[in-house]
Amino acid sequence: MIAATELTKRYGAREALRAVSFSAEPGERLAVIGPNGAGKTTLLSILGGLLAPTSGTVSTDVREVGWVPQQTAVYGKLSVAENLRLFARLEGVGDVEAAVRRALDDTGLAERADDELSSLSGGNRQRVNIAIGLLADPPVLLLDEPSSALDPRHRQRVWELLDRKAASGTTIIFATHDLAEAARHADRLLVLAEGELLFSGTPEELETAVGPAKDFEAAFVQYLEERGH
Amino acid sequence: MSGIRWLLVKDLQILRRSPLLVVLLVAYPVLVALLIGFALSGGPEKPRVAFVNEVPPGEGTFNVGGETRDAADYADRLFEAVEPIRVDTREEAVELVRSGDALGALIIPRDAPERLRSMLGLTGDPKRPTVEVIYNGEDPLKQSFVESTIETQLSRANQALSQEITKVGADYLDIILRGGEIDLFLQKVRVLGLQRAAEVLREVIGTLPDGSPYRDQLRQVERFAQLAVDNLDLSDAILASIAEPVQVKQTVLDGSRTPLDAFAVAIAVTVSLMFVTVLLAAGMLALEREEHAFGRLVRGLVTRSALLAEKMVLSALCAFGLAVALVAALSLFVEISWSSAPGWLAALLLGAVAFGALGVAIGAAAREVRAASLLAFLLSLPIAFLALVPSGSVGPALYDVIQVVSALFPFDPTLEALDRTLNDGGQSIAGPLAHLAVLAVAWGALARVAVRRFG
Repeated sequence: MIAATELTKRYGAREALRAVSFSAEPGERLAVIGPNGAGKTTLLSILGGLLAPTSGTVSTDVREVGWVPQQTAVYGKLSVAENLRLFARLEGVGDVEAAVRRALDDTGLAERADDELSSLSGGNRQRVNIAIGLLADPPVLLLDEPSSALDPRHRQRVWELLDRKAASGTTIIFATHDLAEAARHADRLLVLAEGELLFSGTPEELETAVGPAKDFEAAFVQYLEERGH
Repeated sequence: MSGIRWLLVKDLQILRRSPLLVVLLVAYPVLVALLIGFALSGGPEKPRVAFVNEVPPGEGTFNVGGETRDAADYADRLFEAVEPIRVDTREEAVELVRSGDALGALIIPRDAPERLRSMLGLTGDPKRPTVEVIYNGEDPLKQSFVESTIETQLSRANQALSQEITKVGADYLDIILRGGEIDLFLQKVRVLGLQRAAEVLREVIGTLPDGSPYRDQLRQVERFAQLAVDNLDLSDAILASIAEPVQVKQTVLDGSRTPLDAFAVAIAVTVSLMFVTVLLAAGMLALEREEHAFGRLVRGLVTRSALLAEKMVLSALCAFGLAVALVAALSLFVEISWSSAPGWLAALLLGAVAFGALGVAIGAAAREVRAASLLAFLLSLPIAFLALVPSGSVGPALYDVIQVVSALFPFDPTLEALDRTLNDGGQSIAGPLAHLAVLAVAWGALARVAVRRFG
């Protein structure tokens, strides 16, 4: 379980995050949605230990949180296995080779283990990016827009992997712009706008709050505008 | 420490798989170093000079003190510093200079030996022989170089001839003083000598009666002879001083009496050390951000300080190894003091660490590999240039500014420490090493502040 209490982040006079509180249970899939500049990445960065909040607390130690950044944070000149091995060692994983094998199996990249990362497609690179986040088998996994820039086939594979991890008890928290994807793969949604938490509930509850509409995205935009965003 | 170890392994793997980068990093400084080394230690190649000897074969001899000399012997001295292109006529020589095939031309006229003979023989109307020098005025630097080379060599030849003449003069004076035989008009002539003349006069005066009017006159002649004997004893030293009236005594006030070629090695190694360390440290740190791995690393896997330290260690070790190999290679050309190896190894190591700190500061400021490399390159060149500006070549105020700026970067203290140890000057390197340690800490701290901006 992870809980955030009154998280606030200020950059000078600008408030990127305003007293955001929420919690997520083991195995729960939580989507953080909102327009550009809503504070999604800031929230995930604080949860992942990349940023210190101006005020507020996070219940979980950063070492129990896996982090998957939006851009693939891997070394192009190393092979898939070498990247995984490096981060497993840096994470202090006990059995490095077992962890690497498990990550390769989880992501379906065992056959590409010795390939240099720069030779992989964007989708496969993102799978390695996610695999690195999972190396230490963290109870909580944070992903910043994990499926952006992926084609539908790769996107499907990534979500299958994340759904499996959630089923095995890993808390999945991801930021996305894609409302349909959030509704499909999240158990609960957090709606952020200009650093403020506007909504926390299931996809169905958000649909109810937004109101019946053929175009959910348009209705969501209207929902934000009605609240001054 | 474990994190630093694995990052080091990772970076070495990346370097191993970037052969172009490795070749550039190694080849460029080595090339620069060797160019500097050879330029300073080897000196310029002998300039090609067209040479016309208008003196017919066999007519170039002259006599000095009964010994026959050949003018060609003195001309050869000129060729110790130039490569002669022998041609037959003045026109050919001028054409060679015009076309650029020769930097200059030297013409010995037909009457040169004759004039020399008339001058040495003090016969008739003695005229000094004149040689003609021709060079292009298109390039002031080239003109100055040729002019100075030929003038220096002519001056040496003149000096050699002057020494010969001085020696002959001294020999003549010795005969006048002590007596002996001289060659005159192809026959030997016996000379009494002033010493013997004085003795003869004394003997003659002794035989004269006390009231003889010749006694006082002969005594005056005897005193003159004795005075000449006493003073002509100094003639050798006086003639030597005429041949070389001014002697030079050199005193070095500051720094060391480092041979130029050994100093060139110190420069070459310092330049290589700087380029490799700064470029590598800056580039590898910027790469962490370019690969977006920085954020992943510093969220608990390694601290920012540890990451900077790893880049400093990586670049310092690589550059240190290269610099040691370079010293070994340059020792084939220039004498290196291996007995002071611990000193120059310490200078190389601490210099590399200080350059590494400068490199990570640049990498942290630039954040992108290309920008970091460019910045490192642009900064390194003027640093090296400023550190090599000699005192007296610019105004005192500007020189003070240059000294202060140079002191802020590791090039100057590294060069100073290397110069002192590579050449076995016996001087302490504690000062430069302490300077490098302070710079390593200062630039490292600056890098730590700058890297806070990394995301």
